Amino acid sequence: MAHFPKPAEGSWTQHYPDLSTADASYEDSISPEHYELERKAIFGKTWLNVGRVEQLPKVGSYFTKEIDAARSSVIIVRAADGIKAFHNVCRHRGNKLVWQDFPREEVSGTARQFTCKYHAWRYDLGGACTFVQQESEFFDLDKAKYSLADVRLEIWQGFIFINFDKEGTESLVEYLGPLAAGLEGYPWGEMTSVFKYKSDIGANWKLFIDAFAEFYHAPVLHNRQAVAEESRKLQQYGYEALYYQIEGPHSMVSSWGGMSPPKDPNMVKPIERELRTGLFGPWDKPFDIELPPSLNPARHKAWGVDSFVFFPNFMILVWEPGWYLTYHYWPTAVNRHTFEAALYFAPPKNATERLRQELAAATFKEYGLQDANTLEATQTMLESRAVSEFPLNDQEILLRHLHQTARAFCAEYVKTTPGAKPSPALV
Amino acid sequence: MAKLPADFADLEPFTDWCLDTEDARFAKRYASNMDEMQAFYDAVFPRIQDALTYLDKFELEELSEDAFNLLLLYYSLCTISFPVEAWRQPRVPDAGAAHISNVLAPAV
Ligand code: FES
Ligand SMILES: [Fe+2]
Repeated sequence: MAHFPKPAEGSWTQHYPDLSTADASYEDSISPEHYELERKAIFGKTWLNVGRVEQLPKVGSYFTKEIDAARSSVIIVRAADGIKAFHNVCRHRGNKLVWQDFPREEVSGTARQFTCKYHAWRYDLGGACTFVQQESEFFDLDKAKYSLADVRLEIWQGFIFINFDKEGTESLVEYLGPLAAGLEGYPWGEMTSVFKYKSDIGANWKLFIDAFAEFYHAPVLHNRQAVAEESRKLQQYGYEALYYQIEGPHSMVSSWGGMSPPKDPNMVKPIERELRTGLFGPWDKPFDIELPPSLNPARHKAWGVDSFVFFPNFMILVWEPGWYLTYHYWPTAVNRHTFEAALYFAPPKNATERLRQELAAATFKEYGLQDANTLEATQTMLESRAVSEFPLNDQEILLRHLHQTARAFCAEYVKTTPGAKPSPALV
Repeated sequence: MAKLPADFADLEPFTDWCLDTEDARFAKRYASNMDEMQAFYDAVFPRIQDALTYLDKFELEELSEDAFNLLLLYYSLCTISFPVEAWRQPRVPDAGAAHISNVLAPAV
C-alpha cells in the first residue's frame, strides 16, 4: 500500500548499497566495552554541537557544557575576538574553573575574567593566565605557558560545535557535508523564542535517536493523542515518509503532516482548533520563509517536517509552519544519557502568538514523555539478551544507518589505534 | 485582592493555577484529579477568545501583573488540555516515571 514513491531499487534501504537488509544486532547499545570504544572513537573525534550563538549575546557571555562521554567539561565564551572553547580545568592544580555550588551542573552567565575558586588564579576571556596568587613562590613560572587548554571550535549557521580531536583536520563544514549545506540560509537566528527541556534517560543514547528517527511508531505509541476517529484512521494508514536521504554519517527523513491547519478541524482537539496550534506548531507562519534545498526535498504539497540526524548526537527538525527544534543525546553510561530538546520560534508579537507557542511546547512534552518511557523498557529487555537479532523495516532506515555508522567509527578506531581491542558489538 | 483583571472576575476561583514556571504547572496537574481539572477547563476554555482579545491590547513585555496572571492561567490550560481532552487522566498514558523538565522558557 505504497502512498509515496520509493527509489527504483524498490526500497529506500536498498537504494543505499552500503546498508544491509539483514536483522540487526543491538549489542552496540548494551556492551560496556563497546561504549568505551564509542566514547573515544565517536565523542572524542567528531564535531559536537553544544549550542547557538544567541546564547552568547555579548563579550564575556559564557556557558559550560558537561560532556561526560569525553570525560570533559568545556567553557564556551565570547571573547573580544570571537567565540572560543576551553577545557574547564585550572592550569594550577586542575580544579574545575567555572561552576557554582555543584561542580557537575552546567552554568551560564557573563564574566570579565574567570577566577579559580581554589587558589584564585585568573584567566582572561581569551584563556590567558593573567594572575597567579603569590607568583614569587613558584619557580620561574612563566604565566604565558599556563593558558587554558583550548578545544577546537567552529560555527555553522549560528550553531556552535566543538571537537576534542586535537589532531583532527576536517573542518566543520566538510564534516557536516551536503545535507547541512542545503540548510544554509534558513532564518535560524530569527527564532529567538526558545523553550528548552532536559531529561535523564535510562537507555543507551542511540536508542532515543532511534525513536526520533522513525515515525513508524507514531500512529501506534501516540495513538491516544489524536481524537479517537483520527487515531483509528492513522493506525490503519500506517506511516510512510516522503523521502529519505543519507550523506556520509548524516541522514534525514522528510515527513508529511496535515495538521497545520488540518483539512478537517474535527481531526484535532478543541484547544488546537480554538488556538490554531498543536504538535506541528502554530498554524500561521511568522513570516515568509524561502526553503533552502535540503528542506522538503520531495517538494511535496503535504510536507510537514524534516528531521536531520547529524552524527553523532544532534538532530534538527524543521517544521513546515516556520519553526525548528533540536535534540541532543549526551551519553553518561552505556545505558544512560542526558536528553536535551529545544524549541525555537519567532518572537511572539502578542499574547495570542505566545499562547500558541505554549500549547505547541506542551504538546511536544506529552509526546516526548511517551517516547522517553519506552526506552528504559527497551534497554532492559535488550540487556536480557533473550533475543539478539531484530528486523528493521524500510521506514527504519535511519536507525540502521546510525548504528552502522557508529560501529564503523569504532571499527576504524580499533584498526588505527595501537592496543585498541574490538568490542563484542564489532565481532 | 483580585489577581485577575476585573473583566475576568468569574475566573478568580482558579487563580491557584497562575504558576509562572512550566514545571510548577506540570506538578499541579499531576497533583490534581480529573474533576478539578475539568472544572478549571470548563471555566476558562469558553473565555479563551475574551482573554486573548483583552491581552492582545498590550505589549507582551509590558503586561500588568493582573494581565500576566491571566496569561499564566491560560498557560495552565495548555498544560491540562491533554488530560481533559484526550486521555482522561492526569498522567501521560504509558509515561510511567518518565520526567522531562523545562529548563528555559521565554521571559513572558
Ligand atoms: S587549582 Fe586553580 S588556582 Fe589552584
Ligand atoms: Fe514519538
